[in-house]
Amino acid sequence: MSAALNRRQLLVAGAVAGGGMWLGLAPAGAAMAEAQALNPWVRIGGDGSITIVSHNPEIGQGIKTSIPMLVAEELDVDWATVRIEQALANSKVYGRQVAGGSMATTLQYDALRRVGAGARALLVAAAAAEWGVPAGALTTAGGRVFHPETARNLPYSALAARAATLPPPDIATLVLKNPKDFKIVGKPISGVDNRKVVTGQPLFGLDTMLPGMKFAVFEKCPTYGGKVASADLAAVKAAKGVRGAFIVPGHGGDYELASGVAIIADSFWHANQARAALAVQWDRGVGAGQSSAGFAAHAATLADTQGPKIITESGDAAAALGRAAKRVKASYSYPFLAHAPLEPMNCTARVTGGKVELWAPTQNPEPGRKAVASALGIPETDITIHMMRCGGGFGRRLGIEYMVEAAWIARAAGVPVKLVWSREDDMTRGLLRPGGFHHLEAGLDADGKVIAWRNHFVSYGDGEKYARAAELDATQFPARFVENMAVSGTMQALAAPTGYLRAPANNAFGFVMQGFIDELAHAAGADPLQFRRDLLGPARLVGEPGKRDSYDAGRARAVLDKAAVMAGWGRKLPARSGLGIAFHFSHLGYFASVVEASVAADGAVKVAKVWVAGDVGRQIVNPSGAINQVQGSVLDALGSSLGQAITLKDGAIEQSNYDAYPLLRMADAPPVEVAFVLSDHNPTGLGEPGYPATPPALVNAIFAATGVRVRSLPIDTGLLKV
Amino acid sequence: MPTKLTLNGKAVTVDADPEMPLLWVLRDVLGLTGTKYGCGVAQCGACTVHLDGQPVRACQTPLGSVGKGRITTIEALATSPVGRKLQDAWVALDVPQCGYCQAGQLMSAAALLRDNPRPDDAAIDAAMTGNYCRCATYNRIRAAIKQAAVA
Repeated sequence: MSAALNRRQLLVAGAVAGGGMWLGLAPAGAAMAEAQALNPWVRIGGDGSITIVSHNPEIGQGIKTSIPMLVAEELDVDWATVRIEQALANSKVYGRQVAGGSMATTLQYDALRRVGAGARALLVAAAAAEWGVPAGALTTAGGRVFHPETARNLPYSALAARAATLPPPDIATLVLKNPKDFKIVGKPISGVDNRKVVTGQPLFGLDTMLPGMKFAVFEKCPTYGGKVASADLAAVKAAKGVRGAFIVPGHGGDYELASGVAIIADSFWHANQARAALAVQWDRGVGAGQSSAGFAAHAATLADTQGPKIITESGDAAAALGRAAKRVKASYSYPFLAHAPLEPMNCTARVTGGKVELWAPTQNPEPGRKAVASALGIPETDITIHMMRCGGGFGRRLGIEYMVEAAWIARAAGVPVKLVWSREDDMTRGLLRPGGFHHLEAGLDADGKVIAWRNHFVSYGDGEKYARAAELDATQFPARFVENMAVSGTMQALAAPTGYLRAPANNAFGFVMQGFIDELAHAAGADPLQFRRDLLGPARLVGEPGKRDSYDAGRARAVLDKAAVMAGWGRKLPARSGLGIAFHFSHLGYFASVVEASVAADGAVKVAKVWVAGDVGRQIVNPSGAINQVQGSVLDALGSSLGQAITLKDGAIEQSNYDAYPLLRMADAPPVEVAFVLSDHNPTGLGEPGYPATPPALVNAIFAATGVRVRSLPIDTGLLKV
Repeated sequence: MPTKLTLNGKAVTVDADPEMPLLWVLRDVLGLTGTKYGCGVAQCGACTVHLDGQPVRACQTPLGSVGKGRITTIEALATSPVGRKLQDAWVALDVPQCGYCQAGQLMSAAALLRDNPRPDDAAIDAAMTGNYCRCATYNRIRAAIKQAAVA
């Protein structure tokens, strides 16, 4: 998917009070008045101020820094002089405002450069008119226009008023900078909010404070899909600091507004303490009998079967298995996961005269707006959404139920309300990363080449329809690289809502496919790196050019080789230490990881270092943020592989806080060395694709160290004891 | 019941339940939101503040237990030279991703550097391992502590 520029958009510009100009993008056909009310992506003040609007949600992926960098680069201003302003949620004005799918860079790299270039072109035109010289004789740098011949120059602020009166240029014909002239893009730039972060200034959703605001907690049924049957609220209403308590009947289920009891109090602590006085009878719903153990037991019975859903079929897998020189069979599984961002779900809401204002740490404001409108029976246009900085997203805040809860509760309470989920709420009422089971069998010919691949994927869903983020795509590697493939699926019905966790589905498939491929390499007696090279074959594009799922074997090989060189692949390691390698393509990015791990006699796993090579195109916008994203993805992957599982029992989640769901800690975080392979492709996103190759590289390293093949996550160190 | 506190170098009187954890007194009563809530059970370190210079988890520190202790929060970290150096190193090395845990990280790091001006990796591990970073910026936290130590 290339994309970028929507040629139906127009640059629009106008005057700002005080001798300034604004410039924005508007859909073709938008009336000027409407356009003006729209999106001033760039404002040049007569006072010398330069403001760039950041329209995407900031969740730690660094978008509030990297996208404005693109505008500032083409505008040709000094980064230190630019002020960044967070936009409100408004898809009519800004288009897509989603932190998801690692798509912002992919979609906006070209368009936002053109916004900056458009503003620059207007300022140059204004200078040309001012001095009566051709625009072609002018240059820009550091927020000034220069006429070298006459040694004249003017700051943008002195030209802005005139520029505002000129017709904006055609977005498609703007000349962009040659990347070799970049002064901002490609340089390591520290995050724009970092000073506020390190001094503790209010930034996050949870930091919102409004006059007259009260605090709310929302008690929901321990099982998903359950609802309040009856509740005695007398005791809770009498509890210290409590201002009210009421039943919320619910609207639209667990993805929107579940049924439960709201408690309003003078502080979160008072509201949360008062829960002990709640007496609620729950109707536990259809999920009450579901358990992780039950799902696993049922999945195990399907090991030697194929599923009713056909996912991929090519050649004749059964026949090829029949003639294979060697057959390898294995079952892989992985658990449900929680997103567990450090800032729990929260939202502040104020309802005034039927209009709703939300302060929401959200990755995805527009579905929240729709759901709030539906639950409250109000028009979407009566809802204002402030997109607050998110204390971690990881996909969790693509869900919007906490926004609906806050709006509903604030209206019912009659005061502004900050709804805060306790950590326990956050962990026990999450949107689960789906677990899954893969029954695999592959065949090798006499030369060790993979000639057959069969996978029965036992997932979650209803009939043919997958639960959210539970889908195995038909082109998941090694599809199209093995001649005879048969991949089928079976769904298990799940009452719990599921959701998108960083590199959705891929975060598990990387482990399964690259773990099993490692088994095949060893079965073939081949070096795991060379075996992967051979499986990829020569550099070529597999699939349709321009399609999101087309697979560039050359790019995959290049990152694989790069990571191997970085790690010194093939070197001798001490006993019970090993290197593991894996690669994965997702979210338009190619990544390979090499993990060096050692395993103690008691089975404890220690990762010494991880080397990562990634290819996300020809330009890394902000190398500082980019490396941070990849290091974070890799350590996130180690943390989940080593210790995280959410388990259901009797329909309820058994883990309620970090003691039972540990994150990786400083002492267990190895150095992660990152290199980018630049290839001549459009730049793409980095929040996700660095994750999936690491879990398999880890289990492959453990195999190299111990000879024990880990086929289930999280890693059971009991299996690794001497 | 009014309680007298020494908070960020100033005398403050707060009317709150003595059982209320300092975290919520700071955030919900006094409106000092720099100290963060992550877990409420001293697992994550996001609520780390200094009590008489020692790092403590504010979520596990009842207001009534503070007594005459001097409380320092992230909002006043810059008043100490070590705090300022750490903040500068954090910005220079672009440590934060989401940034939510970083107040707690900085408070733990400041206590470490005051007691051990040139910490080695093992000392950093020991002092910092109670602070979760869900974005896993650990490589940079380690580097920033070392940079601040020589600044």
